Amino acid sequence: MAQQQETVLTFRGLTRRFGGVIALNKFDMELTNGQILGLIGPNGSGKTTSFNVLTGIYEANGGSIEFLGQDITSWPAQKVYEAGVARTFQRSRLCLELSIFDNIMIGNHKRLNQGLLFNIFQRKALKEQIQENHEEARKLLKIFDPALAEKMFDPVGSLRMIDRRRIEICRALISHPRLLLLDEPSAGMTHEETRELMDDILEVREMIDGLSIILVEHEMGMIERVTDKCIVLNFGQKICEGAYRDVASDKLVQEAYLGGE
Amino acid sequence: MTQSLKDKLVIILLAAVIAAFSITFIAIEEQVEIFALLVFAAALVLGGAKLGITASIAQSLARNERLMNFAFIAATIAVVFWFREDHFPLLMIATVLLYVIACCGLNIQFGFTGVVNFAGAAFFGVGCYTAAVLGDTSVPLLLVILLGGIIAAIVGSVLIIPVLRTRGHYAAVVTIAFGLLFRTFLEVNDTLGGPQGLGVSGMNLFGWDFNNNIEISENLEISFYMNYVVLALIMVVLTFVLMRRIERSWIGLNFDAVRLDETAAACFGINIKRWKIVAFTLGNFLAGTAGALYAMMLGFIAPSNFAFSDSLILVSIVLLGGMGSLWGTILAAGLVVLLPEKLQVIQEYRFLIYAVVMILILLFRPQGILPRGLRAYIPGWRG
Repeated sequence: MAQQQETVLTFRGLTRRFGGVIALNKFDMELTNGQILGLIGPNGSGKTTSFNVLTGIYEANGGSIEFLGQDITSWPAQKVYEAGVARTFQRSRLCLELSIFDNIMIGNHKRLNQGLLFNIFQRKALKEQIQENHEEARKLLKIFDPALAEKMFDPVGSLRMIDRRRIEICRALISHPRLLLLDEPSAGMTHEETRELMDDILEVREMIDGLSIILVEHEMGMIERVTDKCIVLNFGQKICEGAYRDVASDKLVQEAYLGGE
Repeated sequence: MTQSLKDKLVIILLAAVIAAFSITFIAIEEQVEIFALLVFAAALVLGGAKLGITASIAQSLARNERLMNFAFIAATIAVVFWFREDHFPLLMIATVLLYVIACCGLNIQFGFTGVVNFAGAAFFGVGCYTAAVLGDTSVPLLLVILLGGIIAAIVGSVLIIPVLRTRGHYAAVVTIAFGLLFRTFLEVNDTLGGPQGLGVSGMNLFGWDFNNNIEISENLEISFYMNYVVLALIMVVLTFVLMRRIERSWIGLNFDAVRLDETAAACFGINIKRWKIVAFTLGNFLAGTAGALYAMMLGFIAPSNFAFSDSLILVSIVLLGGMGSLWGTILAAGLVVLLPEKLQVIQEYRFLIYAVVMILILLFRPQGILPRGLRAYIPGWRG
């Protein structure tokens, strides 16, 4: 139980400006081991920005980010990934002309031997590495959809939206991250597909011990079902924090979403 | 007949047809006949595509990659052997082979990694001038070829910072500027021969002079260009092995990830700068090695060989064949180098026709004549 309480991620006064617009304003947040946190708020409230600052795509203008006891505030994207943060994107950013296997292996970068000489001359060892990782990727993909696992060498561009989402999540999970960032996984999908995806996410959480997840989502049914805790952002500021039920009944939150007065 | 036997027959037949076609194409002189042959070939390919024959041939090829490679090498040897006594056809074939190597370099750069390089001819030229300068020294000439590549890669490192900092059009402009600079530098530099250029000593391997015809018997004297063709062919095979190994490894995957989505690649730990530098350096190296042998073969080089238009020819080969497609590069190099030589009519209109063909290709078949397929890490293995 003690491990359950371990803090994985802390934001302290995290701020990000774009010109005159404050996209993220003194955002404080804490995430513990194994927790699923829902990040909600109207469009432009800073949800995706907080992902981008966390993963090193944007620099923070103020405040700090601590991940597993290390200050990662100014780390580049590559280093943040090495430390164990993996993400999906709001608009699917898969390489559509590459195969499913290729896409998942992009997410596996830190666990593959990237040496020039290894790749060019040690073909036998490389072949083994390819086959091992193929097996592992297949197993992971099977959790989401067994049919998909049989199509590892098909181009991603030929797949449905939900399958692409699944592959994106697999690409993020294959490297065994400690923290998974899901940016609107339900975007562009039907209700039925969203429900399927939710089941997958819950299953993944059961399987991987100590995986924390931050979920940005507009689909409130999904937030209600999967999250342990919610944070509501509005104009880059945290306006509410707590369990979904409490947050949903909060007056400020209703105003932010529906427009108050 | 079993499937595998059928596949093998198809491949051997295809290689034979390609060899026969190449020999006919290179041998005939009559302009009308050349046109007729081209129209016939185009009709054959288009008809085959309509009937699904090309698709089934492609499957046969994919299933027997090793045999395919050997069949095509054998076809090349057959063509070369056919013209064993003729200087000009052999010179053309060697030129095609060396262009293939240089274009493989460009393919690593923008076919795989998306790093544009409009100064391909300049890096080819660095190789040429390396051969010219070092050819008379005591450095072994095989090593000179290697040095041509290495020096091209080193000269290219001047461009690394601008290439990393710019993208798209801006990167194109930077490399174009470099190409122009290179040529101007050669023209005003007297030690490198100025605008008149330099003579280059021919290849000499352990006392075997490449510039002498090989006398087999009284009535068989093989053209000295055969030496260059053989060496160029060996270099093409080595380049091909290297390209294939790169493509079918995590390096090739990293290159693709960098080309397709830098942000996503960075979020999964891929060091964008590192892989761009690797691709750029490796590409220039290949162009340099090809240049070094090319200079030895021609025996004379001048700055006018390395104009912007020559860089454009290299780029057009890559686009025409299909970005990142190895077989496409060979086909396109053959077409781009041989067509103007064969069809004298178009020689004056060369660039006009290139331009039209490039626009047509980009409009109607942007993936090139022989598009690159999905990565098959281990041929024939699908998990």
